[in-house]
Amino acid sequence: MSRIFEMARLMQGNEAVAEGALAAGVRFFAGYPITPSTEIAEIMAERLPRLGGKFIQMEDEMASLAAVIGASLTGQKSITATSGPGFSLMQENIGFAAMAEVPCVIVNVQRSGPSTGMPTAPAQGDVMQARWGTHGDHPVIVLSPASVREAYDITVRAVNLAEKYRVPVILLMDEVVGHLREKVVLPALGEVEIINRPAPSPNVEEYSPYLPDENGVPPMANFGEGYRYHVTGLAHDEQGMPANDPKVLEKLLLRLHNKINYNLPDILFDEALYLDDAQVAVLAYGCSARSARRAVKEARAEGIKAGLYRPITLWPFPEQRVLEVARCAHTIIVPEMNLGQYRLEVERVVRERACVRGVHRVHGELVEPGDILAAIREVV
Amino acid sequence: MRELERYLRIEKFPHIWCPGCGNGIVLGSMLRAVKRLDLDQDQTVIVGGIGCSSRAVGYLDFNTLHTTHGRAIAFATGIKMARPDLKVIVITGDGDATAIGGNHFIHAARRNIDITLLLFNNSIYGMTGGQYSPLTPVNKKATTAPYGVIEPSFDIAELARVAGASYVGRSTTYHSSLLTGLIMEGIENKGFSLVEAVTACPTAYGRRNSMKDGLEMLLWQKENAVQIQQAKKMNPEELAGKIIIGRLHSQAAPEYTDMYEQLINRSGFQTGGTMVTPLKGTQRG
Repeated sequence: MSRIFEMARLMQGNEAVAEGALAAGVRFFAGYPITPSTEIAEIMAERLPRLGGKFIQMEDEMASLAAVIGASLTGQKSITATSGPGFSLMQENIGFAAMAEVPCVIVNVQRSGPSTGMPTAPAQGDVMQARWGTHGDHPVIVLSPASVREAYDITVRAVNLAEKYRVPVILLMDEVVGHLREKVVLPALGEVEIINRPAPSPNVEEYSPYLPDENGVPPMANFGEGYRYHVTGLAHDEQGMPANDPKVLEKLLLRLHNKINYNLPDILFDEALYLDDAQVAVLAYGCSARSARRAVKEARAEGIKAGLYRPITLWPFPEQRVLEVARCAHTIIVPEMNLGQYRLEVERVVRERACVRGVHRVHGELVEPGDILAAIREVV
Repeated sequence: MRELERYLRIEKFPHIWCPGCGNGIVLGSMLRAVKRLDLDQDQTVIVGGIGCSSRAVGYLDFNTLHTTHGRAIAFATGIKMARPDLKVIVITGDGDATAIGGNHFIHAARRNIDITLLLFNNSIYGMTGGQYSPLTPVNKKATTAPYGVIEPSFDIAELARVAGASYVGRSTTYHSSLLTGLIMEGIENKGFSLVEAVTACPTAYGRRNSMKDGLEMLLWQKENAVQIQQAKKMNPEELAGKIIIGRLHSQAAPEYTDMYEQLINRSGFQTGGTMVTPLKGTQRG
């Protein structure tokens, strides 16, 4: 293991994503350049061949995720990185990966929108697109880091979750974390947990590609290893063949959801600060959580019982934990760089148990600690 | 037919294609090529897009992948990149490969990546009921061109050649043994190969364009196809409306996954090497 790896160094968020992906075993990247995610592609282009991996710059974002899915079907851990407009173009194949249960990670370093918006300005406007961007009903796993070191750790987790549950996992970054440089000490490679997709039994003849194990996840054979089977985005039976039987379809769709829903303790990551006695809770994620942390500490210094709840897993929505926050706090403040995409979800869950207030900025600049502190003072 | 059964998921038959459809002939030609080349079914991946022809992947006993509309070549690119040792064959239709998938088509040809594209050209969107495609001939009718198509169609073989494909062939379902030979050459070619198979859709195309059934369409192919050797002796007026068939282009060129292997070697990759973090990161904000 490299000594360099364990040394303190200055690292950018996007660089940490690339390093995390490589540490998790990713050896394939296909992508299309778009600000502010491009450094991830540039680093992968340099690093992957030196590890015997592959990098390809495709002709567009649809092709990028298509190639990622193709590579993953051969057993290669695969990733792509994009930003808002490119993420929109990838939705079709995100749905395919969900339906065909192909592990892959899609990094979306969010930028201001709608449309081409402000390419270099940060935003958190893709929270709902990450959840509901594709057609049809399928679950998603969306993770959002708030620091450079966490970008590394969460990328590793994203790859692991994709493999373990055979789902596309979305790493929802923002421009601030993507371009931020911080001092980090990365773990030794031997300390990085690596999870591989569930392997099928050696009995090739008995393989049913979509017959789930006890976890709800079907073991996955890789193309070229002797298991000949069919992969399709059409609704399919346990043999992978297109099916129209309503019972088969319902069973499939419910299983796709339940393999996530039944494993929430393994999938939900979060952070709590001063929540035990908090009367006012700030619920924030990504770069907004950095401002929220500062605001909460300043409020505490003023004697206000404020706390921070930071979901790292944005989707599935951490309902039980948010309800726990609402049990103590009379008000939950949700600062976001959008007009309330996640706040509405908090309101849906909390209902009358607590007041929910938003602090929203859509001008391409951060929600500042002072903005949040002012909101805290108003509600106590 | 029985000799080809080992390549089929027989239990999935009957197939979805209409009476008179030429897709079965194209598929038969492909499987004969696979048999003559003795391809290993475990080491062959067949990728389809969306449309009538693309549904064939469900009937084939290989590693098969039925993708999103137009993206089959892009999926295949990822497979070939990750596993250059696998044979990768893409089967799609004219709408899938040349309209929604046109960008992937030209870039796969440009890269000369070792994929064989068997393009079922029935001049129509069959599965959605007969809308015009970029390969519907001008003046022909479709549900979305009730007064006749006014857009010139692609010469898709010529497009593949100028984009960089190292092998291009074309045949018809009437000339199915020629088609088998071209598919064999395409699979054996190290690089991007296009084999265009002119096939008949009596249901969505023929009925609207004065060809009432599959037989009539086959006979039309017989009368209008011109072998490449013969075409070279004919002038443009004589060739108007004709289908030139045969090996249209074959030119060895560097292949993409080979080039990438060389790039890996140049980058300093050593088998069994550990991860080394670069001392210089990308320093652009």
